[in-house]
Amino acid sequence: MSNSKPESYVKAMIELVCPAGNFPALKEAVNNGANAVYIGFKDDTNARHFAGLNFNEKNLPKAIAYAHQRGTKVFVAINTYPQPSGWLRWKKAVDLAATLGVDALIVADIGVLDYAAQTYPELSRHLSVQGSATSYESLNYYQKNFGIKRAVLPRVLSVAQVAQLAKKSPVELEVFGFGSLCIMAEGRCHLSSYVTGESPNTCGACSPAKSVRWEQTSQGLESRLNNVLIDRYEDNENAGYPTLCKGRFSIGENTFHVLEEPTSLNTIAILPELDTIGIKAIKIEGRQRSPAYTQQVTRVWRQAIDQYYADPEHYIPQETWSAALNKVSEGSQTTLGAYSRPWQ
Amino acid sequence: MKLSLGPLLYFWSFDDIQTFYQSMLEQPVDIIYLGETVCSKRRSLNFEQWLELAQTLKQQSPDTEIVLSTLSLIEAESELKTLRRYCNNGEFSIEANDMAAVHLLSEQHVPFSTGPTINIYNTRTLSLLYGQGLRRWVMPVELSGNTLKEILQELKASGLADRLETEIFSYGHMPLALSARCFTARAHNLPKDQCDLKCLEYPDGLQVKSQEEQSLFTLNGIQTMSGQRNDLLDALPEMQSVGVDIVRLSPQAMQMPEVIQAYHNALKGKEGITAGYARDENCNGYWYGEPGMYQSM
Repeated sequence: MSNSKPESYVKAMIELVCPAGNFPALKEAVNNGANAVYIGFKDDTNARHFAGLNFNEKNLPKAIAYAHQRGTKVFVAINTYPQPSGWLRWKKAVDLAATLGVDALIVADIGVLDYAAQTYPELSRHLSVQGSATSYESLNYYQKNFGIKRAVLPRVLSVAQVAQLAKKSPVELEVFGFGSLCIMAEGRCHLSSYVTGESPNTCGACSPAKSVRWEQTSQGLESRLNNVLIDRYEDNENAGYPTLCKGRFSIGENTFHVLEEPTSLNTIAILPELDTIGIKAIKIEGRQRSPAYTQQVTRVWRQAIDQYYADPEHYIPQETWSAALNKVSEGSQTTLGAYSRPWQ
Repeated sequence: MKLSLGPLLYFWSFDDIQTFYQSMLEQPVDIIYLGETVCSKRRSLNFEQWLELAQTLKQQSPDTEIVLSTLSLIEAESELKTLRRYCNNGEFSIEANDMAAVHLLSEQHVPFSTGPTINIYNTRTLSLLYGQGLRRWVMPVELSGNTLKEILQELKASGLADRLETEIFSYGHMPLALSARCFTARAHNLPKDQCDLKCLEYPDGLQVKSQEEQSLFTLNGIQTMSGQRNDLLDALPEMQSVGVDIVRLSPQAMQMPEVIQAYHNALKGKEGITAGYARDENCNGYWYGEPGMYQSM
């Protein structure tokens, strides 16, 4: 297993940014070669506000120390949109992260960005994918007004579009490399609140678990979200989490995955392209996943990146990588998502 | 409160668009938003033709405010190019639907408004954008009347309440999400770049139902809309008391004059007139802090 971070390459190498929903996952990310881990607090200030997940004032200092001692950076996602009644919670989250000495904040809301930039100008700010910036003019806005250092791009752009954007981007770019696939422009999707009252923007939750109900019926296993039938499975089918955009619905006489089939994103095959166009960092999705997931995915991506930089001309994705990644993928198949556009 | 006609969200033919807006001049709307906000492949009218339509409407009805609305999801250089033409038109004010437009307009120090796809969720965001030229905003559709009340109270405390107009998406299928993918093309098993402009066949969008026949979404190309139409006719008194300035009605192919008339009557305080459009299937949950698909009274 490769766990190397050769010093001579560190600056030029694409950065591997891995998810940690808890301390064990953070340790796995750090020990398997992540350059940075990203985390969130135990409340609705981040886009993975799930029960039993995330960090608080008590364990975050230890987690930061653990990562920093091993040369891994810690980013904190404060990337949902506060309303007036919640404003102080978001402010407190920024204050806490800054006080504990994290390496960057990942922020979406303009008000929160402004607060962070005014109060902690020295602390790096990354524009979250939830900020939904898909053009360099949009990035110019955030760079000029809030001095963002980096932006995470929504998963709606093709590689050609990312390349165009990278040429004129005023900031470093981070793209998603692996994990669950959002097909909507992040930060601009209200499907979940339309059906359940809670959305990623308002509550840090998409198709929240408390609204989910499973029931075995004579017509098969049914998944419901706030009582709306999302899918019905036959005995031989794998049932997936009832995320709204992945449901099977009807148009006229036809019943099918109207928006998207459940698949995962995997860009390991286009790593050389991402590097060539100047992408600074690869983000792995999945703070809600297990430490075993973080370990597996971090290890494979570390190997891929190391192998690529050791001999860029002869980079070939290994069969074993795909096998390992497929094991932890949603829907057990991976695609290039919007990066390649087979539907276009 | 004023009545506005939001930008046309669906794809209609050149003739249908012209006929629709001509007929709208006879309706009691104070503001008309024009332009393509959903998909850059929809070219029934190009930028010059939208501008021409704006000029024609302005000439025929000088009291009607005309605003040009910009594309909501910008991915390509060609789209930025068109966006710049909108922002540099020098004649009509602009509704920005993406932060790229906000950037271009604020750089020019031109006053502008924002549509519902700009994420303004709190007072700090609103005040900051005011400082950059924002003079009118449409609240994101998922926010409630209570949240608006809190925002406007805070805004009042900072002395900005009278300088910013608040507009609420009050009638029509709500824009809920944007994607790089075209779901209307997908429903026809077509790739996006050979979509055959299928959206033209669905002047009020393509209905998506659950397997139990429950209305869920409306497909509109790359945009996913609510299955039911939002309808805040009964909330108008509350909207007025909270401080809403403008009531937005979103163009629909069916019954638009009846909708406008009903809202107009309600705003004028005319009682005892039954609304002349279909209301049973409509929703209003977001305004009351509930799931958007709910129908609350």
